[in-house]
Amino acid sequence: MAQMTMIQAITDAMRIELKRDENVLVFGEDVGKNGGVFRATEGLQDEFGEDRVFDTPLAESGIGGLALGLAMQGFRPVMEIQFFGFVFEAMDSIASQMARLRYRSGGKYHAPVTIRSPFGGGVHTPELHADSLEGLFIQTPGVKVVIPSNPYDAKGLLISAIRDNDPVIFLEHMKLYRSFRGEVPEGEYTVEIGKANIVREGSDVSIITYGAMVQTSLKAAEKLAEEGIQAEVIDLRTISPLDVETIVSSIKKTNRAVVVQEAQKQAGIAAHVIAEINDRAILHLEAPVGRVAAPDTIFPFSEAESVWLPNENDVIEKVKATINF
Amino acid sequence: MVNKDAVPDLSDEQLKELMRRMVYTRIWDQRALSLNRQGRLGFYAPTAGQEASMLASHFAMEKEDWLLPSYRDIPQLVFHGVPLVKAFLYSRGHFKGGQYEGVNALMPQIIIAAQCTQTAGVALGLKKRGKKNVAFTYFGDGATSQGDFYEGLNFAGTYNAPAVFISQNNRFAISVPVEKQTAAKTLAQKAVAAGIRGVQVDGMDPLAVYVVTKEARERAIAGEGPTLIETLTYRYGPHTTAGDDPTRYRSDELTNEWEQKDPLIRFRKYLEGRNLWSKEEEEATVEQAKEDIKAALKEADQTPKQKVTDLIKIMFEKLPYNLQEQFDEYSKKESK
Repeated sequence: MAQMTMIQAITDAMRIELKRDENVLVFGEDVGKNGGVFRATEGLQDEFGEDRVFDTPLAESGIGGLALGLAMQGFRPVMEIQFFGFVFEAMDSIASQMARLRYRSGGKYHAPVTIRSPFGGGVHTPELHADSLEGLFIQTPGVKVVIPSNPYDAKGLLISAIRDNDPVIFLEHMKLYRSFRGEVPEGEYTVEIGKANIVREGSDVSIITYGAMVQTSLKAAEKLAEEGIQAEVIDLRTISPLDVETIVSSIKKTNRAVVVQEAQKQAGIAAHVIAEINDRAILHLEAPVGRVAAPDTIFPFSEAESVWLPNENDVIEKVKATINF
Repeated sequence: MVNKDAVPDLSDEQLKELMRRMVYTRIWDQRALSLNRQGRLGFYAPTAGQEASMLASHFAMEKEDWLLPSYRDIPQLVFHGVPLVKAFLYSRGHFKGGQYEGVNALMPQIIIAAQCTQTAGVALGLKKRGKKNVAFTYFGDGATSQGDFYEGLNFAGTYNAPAVFISQNNRFAISVPVEKQTAAKTLAQKAVAAGIRGVQVDGMDPLAVYVVTKEARERAIAGEGPTLIETLTYRYGPHTTAGDDPTRYRSDELTNEWEQKDPLIRFRKYLEGRNLWSKEEEEATVEQAKEDIKAALKEADQTPKQKVTDLIKIMFEKLPYNLQEQFDEYSKKESK
């Protein structure tokens, strides 16, 4: 089995799908000759030609509209928003257009569009490059939101996203692109959208998280283990729709939970997870569900990033507060 | 006066058919306004005055061409093959109004100019599929102020995609006159910035509208790029039936002035001069329209009321857990 970084796994997934299905098209700003600003599409234009892998003019809304139009001609567009902070420019084309296509056409049309985009803090980007805006899209009916935390999942989830017949927003945390390698099987395989993964088993508390915070939570869990606290870590992998079954069955075992997100606190994924726990498992809880999140400010200028972003100590503290409640 | 060299190569029967469509649409517009007042139709954007702009341009489309209309462009949808009953269901806000069978069209666009970027995509798709077809989109004068308008033109131009963009300049975007919309002298000139062809045409003259649209279609198919067409037209009625009062922003004199240029009067005179149109034909068309409207309305009335569960079912190909739970919840509510 090959060892790959997450970005290599992402490129591999696109290569496999471009090869497998001639309706798959990959496009966006700089994705052609340049191979994308992060090299996610490296070599794809050479291999599949400019007809299948191509640059677009610099206009995110146009890219979204183009994707919907191509979907209407039976294509399976994989569009890139160069940084997720730019997604507001494409908001209408995603939330008002492709997310509503199936509904508005009474189920006759659908938009099998994958929207890939780098996001997430800790890499000292300029303004509006690193923001965690995934919460906007769990409030957007008609789209799914997938956030892988490792190379294996990235490949399997991206293949699933491309094959999905509804719009999928596929968010790639920039800090994870090249920070570690993992085993990635050759050839095609899928990871099911909507299924969480228990990445560490434990009996004392469930840490529910996604994206780069999975690594942070795993590190916290190791330190907690040294103090005799066994944390179970759940990687959501898909944040919309949630895998409530995995969350609930873990809480039934541990009776305690902490939800960890990198995004700002208010009305985020953690708030939604806590509401689902409230609906489905509240009588199994020994303590209120803890929440680790960033403050409700604008994403900070880069010198303050390391303090602003939640870290493993924040997770450890919150877990202890939940245990000692 | 008609410039004989500019007369399109349309058969007598085609000329009559175009006239029939315009008369039919005028009657439909009158009926729709009164049905709306009676509460029998919902959202409706009047079309009177714009018949040549809408229907003579659509007359240049082939059946397999793609149509991306705005909410006012329901007549083009119907003449492209969407049954009238669906237009009424759409007006009422019934999801079946957007279910098109075997018609190459998207549903009416509400977000101003969003259809322009989608048109670039449909056109690029047609090109990639090697089809000899064109994507046509319609929007108003106000739409040309939107970023999506320019993005659509620019994308289509960049990819040399077979698209025709039709800006129906009816002088007012709800209440804002085109002079307050832009410093550009024409809307057609906005094509220049995108490097595509722009044409302005008298939108009250069906033959002129047909000629420029037909030419734009042929050029698109020949790989000569997209065209932006600006039709100079006017809507006699309000912006929509949702409470717009045109007397707040335009004078009766202006409306009267445009009514003198009415495309139906003009085309009727032309056809009568060629012995192609008679009072009987006019009356037969009016009767046909009234009958069709009556029948479509009856069918709309007989369509089962939509349920929340109908709508939940069409959110995704496969329902996620939350919608499945909500489907069960609403099934119970609706079975009571």
